[in-house]
Amino acid sequence: MDAQLKRGLLDLCVLAAIKDEDSYGYKIIKDLKPYAELSESTLYTILKRLEAAEMLTVRTAEHDGRLRKYYHITAEGLQRIEEFRLDWEEMLKIHRFVTKEDKDL
Amino acid sequence: MNKAEFLAQLRLRLNGLPEEDISERLLFYSEMIDDRMEEGLSEDEAVTAIGPVDVVAAQTIADSSLAKPGKEQAVPKRQQSTLGIVLLVLSSPIWLALLISFFAVVITLFAVLWSVVAVLWAVDITLLACSVAGIFGCFSLCSRGRILQGLAFGCAAPVLFGLFIYGIYFSKEATKAIAKLSVKLLSGLKRLFVKKRKEAEAQ
Repeated sequence: MDAQLKRGLLDLCVLAAIKDEDSYGYKIIKDLKPYAELSESTLYTILKRLEAAEMLTVRTAEHDGRLRKYYHITAEGLQRIEEFRLDWEEMLKIHRFVTKEDKDL
Repeated sequence: MNKAEFLAQLRLRLNGLPEEDISERLLFYSEMIDDRMEEGLSEDEAVTAIGPVDVVAAQTIADSSLAKPGKEQAVPKRQQSTLGIVLLVLSSPIWLALLISFFAVVITLFAVLWSVVAVLWAVDITLLACSVAGIFGCFSLCSRGRILQGLAFGCAAPVLFGLFIYGIYFSKEATKAIAKLSVKLLSGLKRLFVKKRKEAEAQ
């Protein structure tokens, strides 16, 4: 898959993983496992990027006597997911057009 | 390897990235290891699950240039390009020699191809010269009374002229084929270098 497209999709996967409730790094990796194999290093990079884009916020909370970072989706993050939904419908339209063209050839 | 060893080795390998970035990443990996241990893995297994230190470090360095725009991104990038330049200069005795031999091979290849063309045309012109000489020889020998030899020359001349006509076609086709091959080779060479430049830009 095109690297740029894959990167955008992984961003969305991470946003989707924290959409319903705040989550932490290891849980995000586990939740995404059936859909996308994500290394720790890649996840860190994505989380940093989304934080810089203000699509999520980070808070540190104590868990079991140690600190753990939790990620919370912002309004911008939710909007990004919604934009993706609309973009995807447009892309599906193009996909249908392109594959139909392919058949005609 | 235990968690402390893993983090210490990772820190060593990430040397060169901004300090703040390193400590934040180490905290992130530390949390990942702790979470895996909480799930029931042993410390050793949890560290193994993260991956070999070298791989993690390489990925981190590759990813860090994409993480944030601006100053922090520029640091590892500039270091990489400096390293690249140093390596390029240091390895120049190798690649320069290879490059020169590569061009020498290419030039030799073209010389060989076009000398085939030159030889074909030379043979053809010789055939023409021989057929003309045959006619003169025929008259000259006949006038001196050596009729049999004159006739042999007279017969050989049209045969040689016929071969010359065939030779023109043959040489022409061969020249065309070799010209085509040369163009293909040249465009192939060009593509080789254009592609390399594009790859270099992409990096």
